[in-house]
Amino acid sequence: MLYLIEQSLNGIQLGMLLFLLAAGLTLIFGIMDLVNLAHGSLYMLGAYFAATLIEVTDSFVLGIALGIVATLVAGMVMEMIAIRPLYGRDHLDHVLGTFGLLIFFNELVRLIWGPAGLTISLPPEMLTAVQVLPGVFYPLYRLVIILSTLAVGLLLYVLVMRTRIGMLIRAGASNREMVGALGVNIKLLYTLVFGLGAALAGFAGMIQAPLAFVQIGMGENILILAFVVIIIGGIGSIRGAFVAAVLVGLIDTMGRAFLPDLVRAFLSYSAGSSAGPALSSMLIYALMAAVLVFRPEGLFPASNK
Amino acid sequence: MKHMLLAGCAVAALAIGVTVPTVAQQKTIKIGFVSTFSGPVAAIGNDMRNSFELALDHHGRKIGGMPVEVIYEDDQIKPEVGVQKTQKLIESDKVDFLVGYIWSNVMLASLKPIVDSKTFTVITNAGASQLSGELCSQYVFSTSWNNDQTPQAVGTYMNQKGVKTAFLIGPNYAAGKDMLEGVSATFKGKIVGRELTVWPTQLDFSAELSKARQAKPDAIFAFYPGGPGIQFITQYAQSGLKGQIPLYTAFTIDSLSLPRLKDLALGIPGAQHWVRDLPNPTNKRYVDDYRARHKADPAFYGSQTYDAVALLDAAVKAAKGDLTKKDVMRDEVRKANFPSVRGKFKYGPNHIPIQNFYLQEPVKEGNEIRLKTVATIVENDQDKHWQKCPMRW
Repeated sequence: MLYLIEQSLNGIQLGMLLFLLAAGLTLIFGIMDLVNLAHGSLYMLGAYFAATLIEVTDSFVLGIALGIVATLVAGMVMEMIAIRPLYGRDHLDHVLGTFGLLIFFNELVRLIWGPAGLTISLPPEMLTAVQVLPGVFYPLYRLVIILSTLAVGLLLYVLVMRTRIGMLIRAGASNREMVGALGVNIKLLYTLVFGLGAALAGFAGMIQAPLAFVQIGMGENILILAFVVIIIGGIGSIRGAFVAAVLVGLIDTMGRAFLPDLVRAFLSYSAGSSAGPALSSMLIYALMAAVLVFRPEGLFPASNK
Repeated sequence: MKHMLLAGCAVAALAIGVTVPTVAQQKTIKIGFVSTFSGPVAAIGNDMRNSFELALDHHGRKIGGMPVEVIYEDDQIKPEVGVQKTQKLIESDKVDFLVGYIWSNVMLASLKPIVDSKTFTVITNAGASQLSGELCSQYVFSTSWNNDQTPQAVGTYMNQKGVKTAFLIGPNYAAGKDMLEGVSATFKGKIVGRELTVWPTQLDFSAELSKARQAKPDAIFAFYPGGPGIQFITQYAQSGLKGQIPLYTAFTIDSLSLPRLKDLALGIPGAQHWVRDLPNPTNKRYVDDYRARHKADPAFYGSQTYDAVALLDAAVKAAKGDLTKKDVMRDEVRKANFPSVRGKFKYGPNHIPIQNFYLQEPVKEGNEIRLKTVATIVENDQDKHWQKCPMRW
């Protein structure tokens, strides 16, 4: 039971990370109707910015904070230069255009930071596990990821549901033309939303980096998961993204934790050991396929599209 | 530069005139070098390249007296890219020798064009069991080991330390499976868990570390080469397992990861056939010059690649520069009669070294953490697959 709780926390932690990516992706798709394959590049840029800024400022927290600002600015500049011409075009054009951006950013990073990649070291006080429940020890840094992401999620909720900008964002998602006709500066709104999505993706990249690695193309695998999340959750819905992200995180982790043993019960030990990880990485795609069959709009479809 | 060298050779050959016995004398030796130079394991490829370049400098940029041209290719840790680069080197660059290969799966994928074209090849890291067994080949030599030898040594050491139960973890590819097999071959205690993770994309080991904590073993054994090794050790430390369950490793802590791991690596033993402080003059020259040039210790990847130059030098000298005499070169290399940084060793019938394995531990030396040889775990260890190799000589 305690083991189950620990694995659930692992799943939630992965889910939180996916939520940060998926929230931006789904906002951008819901409001600007833009398919953004370069979203993973912002995740990568965030990690590179943070790695450099932590090195320069010699402070983990300050580096992360400045890194978020840097990614926000990078996202807004990217929107103004490269994304604007894509609005109102076919989705295929979006895919081609943003895929080009993805390649561009990979090469840009290679030019600036070199091909080898960087690491972000955690402050030593983060290298411990804390007792979250009697008998359940959980790595402190992973707990920090869960809590800070929840805080970001809450901020996002307040921003979208309780502020004037949020109202415009929601209005834009429901009816773009009408918002424009009412005299709202829709261009500025788009730039802001894109920057917000970029900052969320960048934040995900930089908090994940100390556990993983800062490298070229790091956003591509996780972007695929983020797309799975928004398909399951319903495109354009932040609530859907949140629920689906936690669901995908839990299923992926539980699959890794229990499926290999289950497969070994039916196959030979060594066959089970290699087939288990392969099967568990398929689980979430099976869920996505099931959602597409039974609820093609996703679990929480954004209203009145 | 290439043209100047060629022109230089041509002029030299002309000057000597008809007394030059073979056309090979006019030739530049072309070496294709396949390794990984991008992504989280690029540091390994760079260590290998740096060591290869240093060895060439130590040989006056000549192999068997002939000038050398090296073409470096990046396999991106992908078997399909590795085989493509190998074919390109063989077919369009027409290289005389191939050197390198870090990854067992990349090497296995590239082996067919190598064997089909009879290209004389020195594998300087990848140690897939198939290469030691049924896929052994006349003109393919290893300067490293078979994958399972190092973890076998770790397993022996775990027995010595009185470990009764162990949890094994490694990546799900050819070498990962070999490593876990290796440690279970010699470890006499009970194996309470065995995890293979998705390679090379999975860098988050939360679920697996939770499992290890749950299994309550006496020790964890891990194999994670390159950047993922840094991540594994970091996550092992920040999960609070360090201090509770000791970790034993193979190919996870090396001179490349130590500067990044720093204190996290202390107290984590491993096994290796070569350590930077092995007391022989060839090794001393290699390590001292490498440190002078790159301000860091070389890793075992580099040491194996450094040896490749001495191996090729001996081969080309035996053939008197005639690179078509592959059987002469092969017979010479089989004697292992060249200076190696690991000291004296022999070749088994499958062209895999028979050599010692040492216990190594990270220790503090001033501000730096370096690897130190603590003991010899096994002497003259031969891999257990050689009988499956049809070659006998």
